[in-house]
Amino acid sequence: MNIMEPIKEPKPLVLLSSSPHMHSDMTIPSAMRDVIIALVPAILAAIYYFRMDAVIVMVTCVVSAVVFEAAAEKVMGKPITIGDYSAALTGLLLAMCLPASFSPGLAMVGTFFAIVLAKQIFGGLGCNVFNPAHIGRAILLASFPQQMTAWVLPATAAVTKGADAVSTATPLAVMRATEAVWQAGGAATTDKLPSLMNMFIGNVGGSLGETCVPALVLGGIYLIYKELIDWRIPVFYLATVAVLTGIYGTIFGYPSTFPLYHLCAGGLMIGAFFMATDWVTSPITKKGKIIYAIGLGVLTSLIRLRGSYTEGVCYSILMMNMVTPFIDKYVHTVTFGGGAKK
Amino acid sequence: MSAQEASFIGGVHVPPSKGLTDKLPIERCPVPDTVCIPLGMHIGKPAAAVVKPGDKVTIGQVIGKAGGFVSSNVHASVSGMVMGLQKRYMPNGMISNCILIKNDGLDTMCEDLKPHTDAELTPEFIRTELQEKGIVGMGGATFPTHVKYAPPKEGARPIDTVILNGIECEPYVTCDHRTLLESADDIIQGLKYFLRASNAPKGIIAIEDNKPDAIALMQKKVANEPNIEVQVCAEKYPQGSEKHLIYACTGRTVPDRGLPGDVGAIVDNVGTAVAACRALRDGIPLYERVVTCSGNGVNKPGNYITRIGTSYKDIVEKAAGGVKGDLGKIVSGGMMMGFAVNSLDYPVIKGTGAVLVFNHESEFSDYVEPHNCVHCARCVDACPMHLEPTVIVTAIKKQDWDAAEANYCHACIECGSCAFQCPAHIPLVQYIRMGKLFIRGKGNGGHNPYYQVPQVKK
Repeated sequence: MNIMEPIKEPKPLVLLSSSPHMHSDMTIPSAMRDVIIALVPAILAAIYYFRMDAVIVMVTCVVSAVVFEAAAEKVMGKPITIGDYSAALTGLLLAMCLPASFSPGLAMVGTFFAIVLAKQIFGGLGCNVFNPAHIGRAILLASFPQQMTAWVLPATAAVTKGADAVSTATPLAVMRATEAVWQAGGAATTDKLPSLMNMFIGNVGGSLGETCVPALVLGGIYLIYKELIDWRIPVFYLATVAVLTGIYGTIFGYPSTFPLYHLCAGGLMIGAFFMATDWVTSPITKKGKIIYAIGLGVLTSLIRLRGSYTEGVCYSILMMNMVTPFIDKYVHTVTFGGGAKK
Repeated sequence: MSAQEASFIGGVHVPPSKGLTDKLPIERCPVPDTVCIPLGMHIGKPAAAVVKPGDKVTIGQVIGKAGGFVSSNVHASVSGMVMGLQKRYMPNGMISNCILIKNDGLDTMCEDLKPHTDAELTPEFIRTELQEKGIVGMGGATFPTHVKYAPPKEGARPIDTVILNGIECEPYVTCDHRTLLESADDIIQGLKYFLRASNAPKGIIAIEDNKPDAIALMQKKVANEPNIEVQVCAEKYPQGSEKHLIYACTGRTVPDRGLPGDVGAIVDNVGTAVAACRALRDGIPLYERVVTCSGNGVNKPGNYITRIGTSYKDIVEKAAGGVKGDLGKIVSGGMMMGFAVNSLDYPVIKGTGAVLVFNHESEFSDYVEPHNCVHCARCVDACPMHLEPTVIVTAIKKQDWDAAEANYCHACIECGSCAFQCPAHIPLVQYIRMGKLFIRGKGNGGHNPYYQVPQVKK
């Protein structure tokens, strides 16, 4: 009797799949991890300028974003995808847009809107229409305007003034006030504004990750080098803002450094390199990306120069996110061989 | 153009991974005991069998007659007895009639094979002889070569350039590289015959810049040939694609749905040139070819001259030293465009450039679950045909064939650059291939058994 033969391990099978049988090393988790790595200089700058406040806000946002993602997917009965770092990245980007003194409880409200409403309800990563981090910020700004605009001076600047956690206005708000002086016939000087150097290195009031321009540009260059983002979006976005604010400044006789102030102020740099270039919510063709970036620049300049808000990056990106499917529908590549698509 | 490195827009950088075999000289694969020669191994009509079971055949004897103009003869690759006719699966999933021949071990050559003198080789004679000797494209597409050299229609653009494709941008594959090094004279002679057949004034041998030894050798060999030059192309995938090679060498763009002839060019593989040279000069038909057997699943990777109809198992066991470890993935052809097959029981055909065997330690034998599309546009940037693969695939997933067609689904060359780049691991090429089949059979759903004719709303 040989019915007691031991059960054999089944032989591993040969994998059958469609070509190509090779793959580049990039996966979604590795791409998300690279974006987080690109944010490291800005994180370090934020910790340097805002000390413990920055750490608290960032940790709250990242942890709550991951928890909300897992909880939402659990409730919806979908596989848990917190391992792809995208929730952590969204939380981190949202933290970068918040003031250092922001309360952790409210920050969690922001990540809830970002992860659950802007991302999971639409179907998870890849299906969201809007940039989740900016949805979180926009909702916080509309719901808690006071807390969202209670900027503190960086620890470095506060020490020199002999006080801690001084409330201050952002450079953009100061600029708005100064513009009024200029238009009323005041001397076109920049005395009232923070020095351009301080704005460049980030020694001014503002959101955590927005202030330090070199750190953000460094991260952006890393992303372009890794082919994670297209250089066209940041370059055309920044150039459009510079040109439009330059023209506006010239017409009204502002100082010639006016466009430079705009480039260094507010969330423009983080918006141009990290938010507007979000894969899911930006167009796919190169031509479409240029149109999108110019649209962003025009909207940002309009809101900053003529709108009632002093900062326009967040809303301009959300508005152009709405236009992205439209751009993708009508802007196509021309095929090799000369076939223009309908 | 020949001074600088020619290339095209788009494409991807694929790790060449040719180090396993590119320094190894071509060896002979031991002749197998039985061969299985498919009659439909070329594009076009399959050949019709002219032998029956029990017939004695010799090497080079015609066993399948071309079934039409776009078809080619098939020859015995061993001497022995015909065992029978069988339907078998080809690596690409199609079914073909095959002739099985048992080898008698004598390797008797067919007596009808006579060398030709140079004066005999007129353009018309070359054309008929190419079909007679079963010469088809050996880069993988197996398009009958004589069809390319058919005289252009009245008023069509005359052929002015013949390009020999020695690019070999597929990773792991080195058969063309070794052919360039070891059969340089035959390649140049074959190109001269092609130039004569097409009446073209200029011949180009295109080589990718990762083969400096082949470039140096070829440049030396063509130094005294006034109408032949070597074109060095940049290392990029898919540089070896016909349309992109023509663009790189001549700056001309083959129009949508057009053929290379529309821009006055013909592209042939270097292996085809060697086969054509042997067929025309020595009268020897195409009955063997160089096959690269590589990958971490074989003990002795190498380049082997293999009789057509040899099973992969015979190559791996008799020439390449047997399988190392458990079989994890078997690829017939290159890594980017080849077919994964389920066993080693497939025959080598005229277009088989490589048999790549990987065991379970290789990353290629792991399945990766696809994720949602994240609109990263890496496929759009990679596509050498400047298509938008993600848009086409979205349409195909919805079975919206009209939208897929409007986005030039048919123009896809299935090179795999998009799927190579896709961070979400979406099998884009598979979807597009499926879409092409469906579009071709529009109305009745093509090959889709689940397709339902859309209801027209009243």
